[in-house]
Amino acid sequence: MGARRELDLAHMRAGFTSPVYDAQACFRHVLEALARPGQIQRLDALPVPPAGLGAAQSAILLALADRDTPVWLASALRNGAAGDYLRFHCGCPLTTNTVDARFVVLSTLAELPALDDLDVGEPNFPDRSATLIVEVAELAAGGPLHLRGPGIADEIGLFVAGWTDAATTLIQTNRRRFPLGVDILLTCGDRVAGLPRTVHLSLEGMACT
Amino acid sequence: MSIFTHNTIRMTPDVDRRGALGLLARSPASLLTECLAGIGGLPPFTWLRKPETGMVMLRGRIGGDGARFNLGEATITRCTLRLADGTVGVGTVRGRSARQAEMIALCDAMLQQPAVADRVRTDVLDILADAERERNARAAAATAGSRVDFYVLVRGED
Repeated sequence: MGARRELDLAHMRAGFTSPVYDAQACFRHVLEALARPGQIQRLDALPVPPAGLGAAQSAILLALADRDTPVWLASALRNGAAGDYLRFHCGCPLTTNTVDARFVVLSTLAELPALDDLDVGEPNFPDRSATLIVEVAELAAGGPLHLRGPGIADEIGLFVAGWTDAATTLIQTNRRRFPLGVDILLTCGDRVAGLPRTVHLSLEGMACT
Repeated sequence: MSIFTHNTIRMTPDVDRRGALGLLARSPASLLTECLAGIGGLPPFTWLRKPETGMVMLRGRIGGDGARFNLGEATITRCTLRLADGTVGVGTVRGRSARQAEMIALCDAMLQQPAVADRVRTDVLDILADAERERNARAAAATAGSRVDFYVLVRGED
């Protein structure tokens, strides 16, 4: 891992209040988010996040990341409080290469890497793939994103602030590579919605794919 | 012999601090409790990481410079706390005692505070160091009783 920065413990934020129960509760919400794509889950028992990470984003990483899951953060976050926080509480390696990461943590959808730069798993083990945890400015039910697929009764509408064409392309390409692919968790403050690789996405006024 | 935890906390290369943490970790919990009771008025703190018990791999090198080998796993308990003024103390101890790890972390934090550091040094570290010397001497004496000296006998080959 080369020369690592000293951990700045003096400004370190605490993790979960009750590490075991809070992590289990968070895990349950993440399961729910991925099982019911597009339905917004509200997390409780959140930690005070470090600078640069959202509350739900930090909680998900505290619950899921450990030393077997390389995490990718933008370099400003990696070398700041957020990187220290994850190293201290999760003990996870911080990778500089998105393709090596099991969790890719983004502060905005505009930073979304191309699918080719992400780990989509291999045919024998499609589960060994990356999960993207993306903070967005606003997350609401309704539209203009229309989702269909497993876990959705008919169709569900989702509004995501700052949605990009690149995001649409990524989700649609991702769907076509099933069972390979990445899973996406959109977070906004204390809320999370899942866009697993099974989701069919169409935008309002656009033909379904 | 050195202990590697995978979640490495690199501290300032402060030999004093390392020595103090080692001494605190090797000392019996009962003696540490007694010493701390003597200090009284322990500072309030908040947890950065509550005491948690896990395993570390102990690794050694034969003769101190041979190839590295895994000696075996050991159970440790560690915690990190922060005093009101921001001083951070860490405690790691072999075994499962959360209370002992907490006391060690408190001592570590207080040793970084100039106002109380001397008090902790005289009332805790010195006592623990004396007790450790005594323990080591006792162990050495007990071992010496079973000592065997080997002599090379003349084998009468000429």
